[in-house]
Amino acid sequence: MSMTGGAGRGLRRVILGATTAWLLAFTLLPMLIVVAVSLSEPRLGAPPFTPLFEWGAGFWPIFNGHITSYVTIASDSLYVAAFVSSLRIAATSAFITLLIAYPMAYAIARASARARFALLMLVILPFWTSFLIRTYAWTGLLNTNGPINNTLINLGVVSEPLTLLHTEFAVHLGIVYSYLPFMVLPIYAVLERMDWSLIEAAQDLGSRPYRAFVRVTLPLSLPGVFAGWLLVFIPALGEFIIPDLLGGPDTLMLGRVLWTEFFNNRDWPLASALAVVLLMTVLLSALLLVKALQRREAA
Amino acid sequence: MSGRRSVALLSALAFGYAFLYLPIVILIVYSFNDSRLVTVWSHASLRWYAALLENQQMLDAAWLSLRIAAVSATVSVALGTGAAFALQRLKPFFAQRGYEALALMPLIVPEVLIGLAMLLLFVVLGDTIGWPERGATTIALAHASFGMAYATVVIRARLTQLDPALDEAAAILGATPWRTFRRVTLPLLAPAIAAGWLLSFTLSLDDVVVASFVTGPGATTLPIVVFSSVRLGVSPQINALATVIVVLVAVLILTATLMTRPGQRDGRRA
Amino acid sequence: MMANGGAGETPVIRIEGVAKSFGGVPAVAGVSLDIARGEFFCLVGASGSGKTTLLRLVAGFETPDQGRVLIDGEDMSSRPPYARPVNMMFQSYALFPHLTVAENVAFGLEEERRPRSEIRERVFAALAMFDMGAFGARKPHQLSGGQRQRVALARALVKNPKILLLDEPLGALDKKLRERAQLELVALRERVGITFVMVTHDQEEAMSMASRIALMRDGALCQVGTPRELYDAPQSRFAADFFGVANLFGGRVTEAGAAVDCAEARATLAVADACTQGADVTVMLRPEQIALSKHAPAAPNVLTGTLGNVVFLGNAYVCHVVLDSGKAVQARLSPADMAKLGALATGDRVHVSWEPSAARVLTS
Repeated sequence: MSMTGGAGRGLRRVILGATTAWLLAFTLLPMLIVVAVSLSEPRLGAPPFTPLFEWGAGFWPIFNGHITSYVTIASDSLYVAAFVSSLRIAATSAFITLLIAYPMAYAIARASARARFALLMLVILPFWTSFLIRTYAWTGLLNTNGPINNTLINLGVVSEPLTLLHTEFAVHLGIVYSYLPFMVLPIYAVLERMDWSLIEAAQDLGSRPYRAFVRVTLPLSLPGVFAGWLLVFIPALGEFIIPDLLGGPDTLMLGRVLWTEFFNNRDWPLASALAVVLLMTVLLSALLLVKALQRREAA
Repeated sequence: MSGRRSVALLSALAFGYAFLYLPIVILIVYSFNDSRLVTVWSHASLRWYAALLENQQMLDAAWLSLRIAAVSATVSVALGTGAAFALQRLKPFFAQRGYEALALMPLIVPEVLIGLAMLLLFVVLGDTIGWPERGATTIALAHASFGMAYATVVIRARLTQLDPALDEAAAILGATPWRTFRRVTLPLLAPAIAAGWLLSFTLSLDDVVVASFVTGPGATTLPIVVFSSVRLGVSPQINALATVIVVLVAVLILTATLMTRPGQRDGRRA
Repeated sequence: MMANGGAGETPVIRIEGVAKSFGGVPAVAGVSLDIARGEFFCLVGASGSGKTTLLRLVAGFETPDQGRVLIDGEDMSSRPPYARPVNMMFQSYALFPHLTVAENVAFGLEEERRPRSEIRERVFAALAMFDMGAFGARKPHQLSGGQRQRVALARALVKNPKILLLDEPLGALDKKLRERAQLELVALRERVGITFVMVTHDQEEAMSMASRIALMRDGALCQVGTPRELYDAPQSRFAADFFGVANLFGGRVTEAGAAVDCAEARATLAVADACTQGADVTVMLRPEQIALSKHAPAAPNVLTGTLGNVVFLGNAYVCHVVLDSGKAVQARLSPADMAKLGALATGDRVHVSWEPSAARVLTS
């Protein structure tokens, strides 16, 4: 949209200036402060961390940075384990989400145009209803004497109720459940745009339906799969509510450990260092996935 | 498509939707359960809805959450509209990319990190300039800051679809830039602005993590109340509350979607 | 209607009473057709006439509700598309965008699990045949429209099918390229010797390429024959109108095989075709069968009218004449005939005449 003329240019400068100031103050600055605090040391008092610069006797302030928190993270097996299991849980959850989402997206893409709109709406709708409540719904379902266990016992599948809640299984379930729409939508978007005569062409050239799928549909839908993976894996990495409500005491994930360090142990520098590690992991994963996506799209 | 394959696809759909909706449906059903034991069905009653209405703490929290959500959503779309325009026009390329990275950062940064970062900012600001006091204001500011990212994406998507010829036409017809914006661009952007507002509003209303970090004494939002309650286990009152929220949101979103459904393509490129 | 190809020999395609409807709407309604080996067969019709559905029934993408398709005498009913000895060239070409040109052409051979060396050789030969040897490593989006069309042909033919099905193969090309491609396709069929079945909505394309044409309408065969037969001896008003320009006079037979009373011409016209007394018929005249003159000629059929526009086409003149009955007709005259006529201006009185044997009597 062009806003030509002097008044337009003035307006544009105001808009650009105001939004840039906001972004610098409320997005960039907080991140820099997190990095700064991660290099300080915990102390008693308010704020509970040492200042990064100290005005001593000399002319220049003394840089009082420490990498203690990072050393702790790298050397303490708790944090290493949290790091590894965050990646693992996010990856397996994203994979399970993919397995459920792909057939759904495929079926929606092949539905009639009229049905498609309704089916998509049904996928998107849960996303708008409270995330917290949807996670909470599973705490009731997975309870030792909840509907799932009751049904299983009534059907005679198990005699003793299963421990479902507060397990890593429940965390996977919660992630898959919450993020399913984010996997369905991008895959659907790619499949919907695909030229179905390509599948017919493959069959015409001698491919059985499953071969046509493997050789044509699947490779062509990979951009959607990558995008979906990005939208599930990345937020799952830093997830807090799901491991907190559904996970057991031994389900370690970075987001949850950060929360504990901050609220329970009041170790702000360590929490900040964990935040920096989490941010780096997220940015690096996102970068790799976006690169893979771009390579796919260029191909 | 062979019959067997369409059966397989239909079952995949049925499974997917059952997975998405059954937990919510069961939650709703149990909200009408009279028993205090949430897992045992006794008989239907509205007991927990009545209890909810008398729970002053919950009602206060809900009212506060709504106000925070409305304020932060409004700030979000104002900023998001500005950012969408800035992204459209910003040159050179690296400035545009830098701006974009900053504006969209909250989309991929985990909530715990946003919460921590915003809190640290408010602590440092409080120490240096004595503002803001932690409470509703800081929650609203934090929510506006990540809401802006979502609003920017939604509004920008619409803005890039708008036909540039439209405001050229308006300019030829003698409209000043500001009038063009108000009479041509803004009405065409309205659905996206509404959608961005709704999105920011919902995200604010739903947020527990960021709010937990940046809140201060006395400012307890609904999600914070719900979260502290459900951490202790299942509660029938929360089931009732959840039902109310789910139904409200569903009605709101369905109305909004039907109003902006793909039939309305005015002003977009063919 | 049954239309036989080569006598005696098994037709390479036999379509027996095939019907197919979508959601209760019939797309193909009881079609029977034989196509002989080595034909260049065209299915022509307006959009929605069922021609593409018929092609897809042969390819196996649709299964008939009734009837069956035989290829080389073998019933194809239980054979899915991937097991039929036919290959198709799609209207959109349907080249796989994620594969290179060579990989596209190799696709079908790989599905046959041919040895690697054989695949390489045959792909090479197929690409060479279409002058695409230098483009094997390119992706489809890096090719021009004409190049994509040739890759699509190479990919369909590399498997040596018994039949090549072509769905509007030239629709995506611009006019210049299309005329060249028409000639190339006809030459290609001669070279590879297999049967081509092509769908097109363009009657000129069908006339210039086909050995035989099936004209379709509302899911049924309207007429099947050589281009010459369809032009010279259409069996219906629809067929007459579809191929070329036709002057049509509705009327009733007053004398079997000899005279038709046409209200539209306000005259009784002498005809030579067989027809029964009292039948409602249409008399059809191609524009080039009509002679114009200033003075009344001695001919069995003479009508008078006023000359309208005269359009010069280079090799011919098209003269529009409004008859005294109000009916407008077209006459097509060679420049020599036009010269013989002498000076004519719009509004001049003219005589329109023709031999009874030049007119066709259409009973439907």
